[in-house]
Amino acid sequence: MTKKKNGTGNKTGAAMKTILSGNEAVARGCYEYGIHVATAYPGTPSTEILENAARYPEIYCEWSPNEKVAFEVAMGATFEGARTLVAMKHVGLNVAADPFMSMSLIGAPGGFIVVSADDPGMHSSQNEQDNRYYAKFAGYPCLEPSDSQEAKDFVGVGLDISVDYDVPVLLRMTTRVCHSKTAVKLGKRRETQVKGFQRDPQKFVVLPSHGRIRHPWAVERLRKLAALSENTPMNRVEKGSSQIGIITHGVTYQYVKEVMPDASIFKLGMSYPLPVGKIKAFADSVDRLFVVEELEPFIEEQIKAAGIACEGKIFWSNLGELNPERVEQGLVEAGVLRQEAKKQTAPSEKVIPRPPIFCPGCPHRGLYYALRKLKARVTTDIGCYTLGVLPPLESGDTCVEMGASIGVAVGMAKARGNGKGIVATIGDSTFLHSGMTGLLNAVNDKAGITVVIADNRITAMTGGQHHPGTGESLMGPGGFKADLAKICQALGAVRIKVVDPYRLQETLDTLKQEMENDELSVIITNRPCALFPPENRKRVRMKPFQVDLEKCIGCHTCLRVSCPAISESHETTEKGLTKSHIDPVLCTGCSVCAQVCPVQAIIPTE
Amino acid sequence: MKQTKNILIVGVGGQGVLLASELLSAVAVEAGLDAKKSEVHGMAQRGGVVSSHVRIGEKVYSPLIPKGEADVILAFEEAEALRWSFFLKPKGTMVVNQYKLVPPIASMKGFDYPQDPVKSIQTKIDRTVLVDAEQIARELGNIRLVNTILLGVVSRFLDIDEAVWKKVIRERVPKGTETLNIEAFSRGRRIS
Repeated sequence: MTKKKNGTGNKTGAAMKTILSGNEAVARGCYEYGIHVATAYPGTPSTEILENAARYPEIYCEWSPNEKVAFEVAMGATFEGARTLVAMKHVGLNVAADPFMSMSLIGAPGGFIVVSADDPGMHSSQNEQDNRYYAKFAGYPCLEPSDSQEAKDFVGVGLDISVDYDVPVLLRMTTRVCHSKTAVKLGKRRETQVKGFQRDPQKFVVLPSHGRIRHPWAVERLRKLAALSENTPMNRVEKGSSQIGIITHGVTYQYVKEVMPDASIFKLGMSYPLPVGKIKAFADSVDRLFVVEELEPFIEEQIKAAGIACEGKIFWSNLGELNPERVEQGLVEAGVLRQEAKKQTAPSEKVIPRPPIFCPGCPHRGLYYALRKLKARVTTDIGCYTLGVLPPLESGDTCVEMGASIGVAVGMAKARGNGKGIVATIGDSTFLHSGMTGLLNAVNDKAGITVVIADNRITAMTGGQHHPGTGESLMGPGGFKADLAKICQALGAVRIKVVDPYRLQETLDTLKQEMENDELSVIITNRPCALFPPENRKRVRMKPFQVDLEKCIGCHTCLRVSCPAISESHETTEKGLTKSHIDPVLCTGCSVCAQVCPVQAIIPTE
Repeated sequence: MKQTKNILIVGVGGQGVLLASELLSAVAVEAGLDAKKSEVHGMAQRGGVVSSHVRIGEKVYSPLIPKGEADVILAFEEAEALRWSFFLKPKGTMVVNQYKLVPPIASMKGFDYPQDPVKSIQTKIDRTVLVDAEQIARELGNIRLVNTILLGVVSRFLDIDEAVWKKVIRERVPKGTETLNIEAFSRGRRIS
């Protein structure tokens, strides 16, 4: 992003209605409710929040190297009295959990929103943890918008709560809310002043002696928040039939309205602390009470603990994302709705899958082809390159969380007695996120592993965000461009090599040499992402390759480099084997397929 | 529009599915209706299956179309039309762009691209509209018009004034291509 532009929709257009995604709406909320500082580390489904907030010149925005740093920068800003927001995906909050928990006894003088974008159904995550428990863990209010309008409004309401109660507020989104687009009324920006830091060591310095004084304060704060929860319009009853009452939250509310518009509905916009009194009254007003909630029985457990009878998880399991059909099915099982007669719809078909694969010209292709060829034990990490584990490349044995690759490789080497043949692969953004300390430890441990930094100079998986190694930031050009080789050197690595992953033999030879010795080595690949930033699409383009059909023997070796540009043609060999075809529009000319062809049938176009 | 209309747009990453659903929702909002659109982005950056749910009506709750409830499916690719056909209402309409995108995985054992997807769809679904949008786009002199042509086809199944469509298209397409896009839209709208 070179120049800051106006954000989503019309900047000043008061009362204008437009259609925004939940993430765009949170960004719009940042603008309208006077946020001064917004930080994040990219992660699906949260990424577009900062991308859109950055379009408003009034807001200082940054991609921090990881969620913990993003949280700390935001925390500092609110200590200074600024209205602040930090956004991350659900597992990002695990990384930021230390400051998240410790801040509880301090408070949030300037106003502080923590966005956790959870991913029920694991559309693009390793788990589907329910981060509402974090709100309870730390004693913070949990707000759950059910559409984009609420996503925007709750930023404003959340900031007010945060300031009034001196508490961080968890704005808990889900993929479906983040990525659905719904109508939003736009408003004007409400400007506020940054009050400045008020020195108060008992509050801002977390010594044990201070903590013992602050803890009762936090307990009292939670009691006041519970009283607020009873009165906030975010928690509302929509009176319907007195037979069935349904307590629900987030986007699930929309499914319930769709499936059972006549039921009495208790919509929780603030799901922690719960309005137990109001829920009790609601329970008394209906014959049968259900809790329809996505993922864990967070609401149900608390309601039951308060001695209120209700039914929930027995009809709607804690696995995966809910949808209108699942809500309906649960109500059928509960005997509330009748099973509709089977509709005459077409049966579902098993159609060929389209698993995501490396793009044409992707620098990871050569690397993972080589690792497979060498039968390396590969501890891999989070990023596009995780796809190297899928067939036909099938290279990658473990992947856990951001930065784990190096530590896991060290552990394997220590358990086994040497690090020969163990390769940790990690991307540039992930290395800067949390791989550096792992490498320092590997050096200190004298672990004989090989660390490969697949440096494509961008955070690619989430759509091409900058990091401290790219030379650009969310505020524009002029960012820092960290030198990865120098960082490794400073961390104590001695054997550091740079390879061109487009040169297969060089990549193979270097990997082989480093895997065979029992010394710590670092190999850095040096080709940029073929997709991001968008200007790369032209920059990486060389002359496309083509298949010489006279020479092609139909062995399909080229197909095993797994490139979207290569497919089977209609031509066949005398033995009836299909020859290959290269799409000249998709091919970037990286030449990896040409290098694996045993008969030199892949040649550059004229 | 008294009853909520459900339109499912499907295709392969990079084909412009999300752009099409974006424009469709903008048309609905411009026409004074409520609209919700839902899709999941992330893993399906390039070459993956992409689907986008659009719901239009007086008041829309769920952003997701229940299975078997789509009034119209717009498929940018033939195998995708087949994959998503179970989302269609019994009397719904399937609009299929006659275009095949064979994924690289088809070269591996056990993975075959469907023999004749269009034929399979026609045997399952009564109301199928076939469009060779690429051919029409070529005739108009710009291959990027595929998207607008297909929206033109879909527009016939929605009770929204043609002028609203044209206004939104003019506002949203790249400068200089307005007239061409309007023509592409009209060409699509004439297809039955």
